Amino acid sequence: MSTHIEFSDVSVHYGQKRAVDRFSFKIAEHSVFAFVGPANSGKTTMLKCINRTIEFIDAAKVTGQVLLKGQDVKAIRDVYSLRRRIGMVFPLPVGLPLTVYENVAYAPRRMGVRNKAELDEIVERCLRDSVLWDEVKDRLDMLGTKLSGGQQQRLTLARALSLSPEILCLDEFSIAIDPVTTMKIEDVLMQLKEKMTIILVTNLTQQARRMADHVAFLNDSELVEWGENEAMFNRPKKEITGRYLNGEFG
Amino acid sequence: MPDSTRKTRVNKSLLSDRFEKPIEWLIKICGWSSLAALTAILIFILKGAGPMISKINWVEFFTSTKWVPSPGTGNEPHYGILAMLVGTLSTTALALLISVPLGLAAAVYISEFATGKVKEFLKVLLELLAAIPSIVWGFIGLMVLAPLIQNWFGVQQGRNLLNGGIVLGLMSVPLIVSLSEDALRAVPDAYREAALALGASKWEIVFRVLFPAARNGLLAAVMLGLGRAIGETMAALLATGHANQIPSAITDPVRTITATIAAEMGEAPKNSDHYHVLFILGLVLFVITGVVNVVADLVIKGTKKHV
Repeated sequence: MSTHIEFSDVSVHYGQKRAVDRFSFKIAEHSVFAFVGPANSGKTTMLKCINRTIEFIDAAKVTGQVLLKGQDVKAIRDVYSLRRRIGMVFPLPVGLPLTVYENVAYAPRRMGVRNKAELDEIVERCLRDSVLWDEVKDRLDMLGTKLSGGQQQRLTLARALSLSPEILCLDEFSIAIDPVTTMKIEDVLMQLKEKMTIILVTNLTQQARRMADHVAFLNDSELVEWGENEAMFNRPKKEITGRYLNGEFG
Repeated sequence: MPDSTRKTRVNKSLLSDRFEKPIEWLIKICGWSSLAALTAILIFILKGAGPMISKINWVEFFTSTKWVPSPGTGNEPHYGILAMLVGTLSTTALALLISVPLGLAAAVYISEFATGKVKEFLKVLLELLAAIPSIVWGFIGLMVLAPLIQNWFGVQQGRNLLNGGIVLGLMSVPLIVSLSEDALRAVPDAYREAALALGASKWEIVFRVLFPAARNGLLAAVMLGLGRAIGETMAALLATGHANQIPSAITDPVRTITATIAAEMGEAPKNSDHYHVLFILGLVLFVITGVVNVVADLVIKGTKKHV
């Protein structure tokens, strides 16, 4: 499998504060790559480097290279097209102040999809993939912000899928979702892997274990180590990795 | 040891219990005081309007432009406010036409585009602008704007509807900007990030995400700007030309209800018919602002239901 995303010596500083310290790793196409680590270890900052939303934080300074299929993301002229290639799901559910339907149809419509039938099909497919369809199919014209927290989170997942991104980044997507639904979404994600590369940032080490092909352990802004799922959980190179992944940390 | 800690906790809760009721009452009184103030104002105006409420010819009042409140002896007085009503509404409409786009655009710039020192500087500047007394604004209309309008439009009188609209509009801008900026800033950053991640440009975020999300706050800002423009007296008196006529062009002088009250209250003998009629003008203003607020409320509720 070829490399989809590569971080080469990437560091991020917020003013004096270091948030990401010389990350280097490679993510293969059509794989699930999980990042685990405690709060403030640089997980979210790392994600923001991929779609370059880091540029909206004035104090942030990025060094090193983030390569997308070998191309430096900084060299991509049209940043919006870059972001459309990457689906993002944030930790807290954010239904945009639009209807359920429009939340999902928003991005495709912007891309020029005008045909109602085509939009309907995209909306239904994305809502099914995010295990939300059955709950909202009769009230698609309701405000997205009126859904429950867990439903809104699945709505953001549907929204992220609406442009059929080549990379799907999930930033602790399951913290607002019950375990049963989480398992359903995990099943769908394992199928979506056929179509896209999935980056999973999670606090649940068991979720990483269930889903990921590769796992990276971050701690205190450092990439402690990364490797294949089985090796990371059973034969970590560093003691601290094993302790964290097995829930004995701290 | 465990016993003593439990005791202090119980004592504490008792203490706050004792304050709970009075504080609740205090807050209740504060809340209802606005209603009390409003009622008091209404009573004051109605009392001032007094006998003229029944004596006045209401049809003439609203349909005539003839305003002769203190005629010479032997002549009939006329109380027709149509021209002033048109004057007030037209200057206010013009003011909003200027202040709403300008104010919203400035708020978007300060909240979404300006950063660091520029942002701080602009905010301080706006506060300064908001603090300029209305008489100074009126003076600017009188001394700066009036000659300019005379030159540009080639009209005799530079103090007119256009002048008044511009001055009142500019006066409302700082209010609209600062309130809209608050409303925009209250939109969670998560919305912006989510829209950005979908590949939306900054402008799309402003129009598709921020405006809908901040809708109520923005509408409140516009309503307060409107209130300021309708209620403004001093600047209106100086800038509009104070001519009691229905304008046929934007460069015609007009007269507002507020300016009429201010200009004539001093010369109307206390408890004369003229004096009482001026209070009725106040009542008209009161009703206009009341209606505007109710309509705004309905608009907010309506959009909430539909979207």
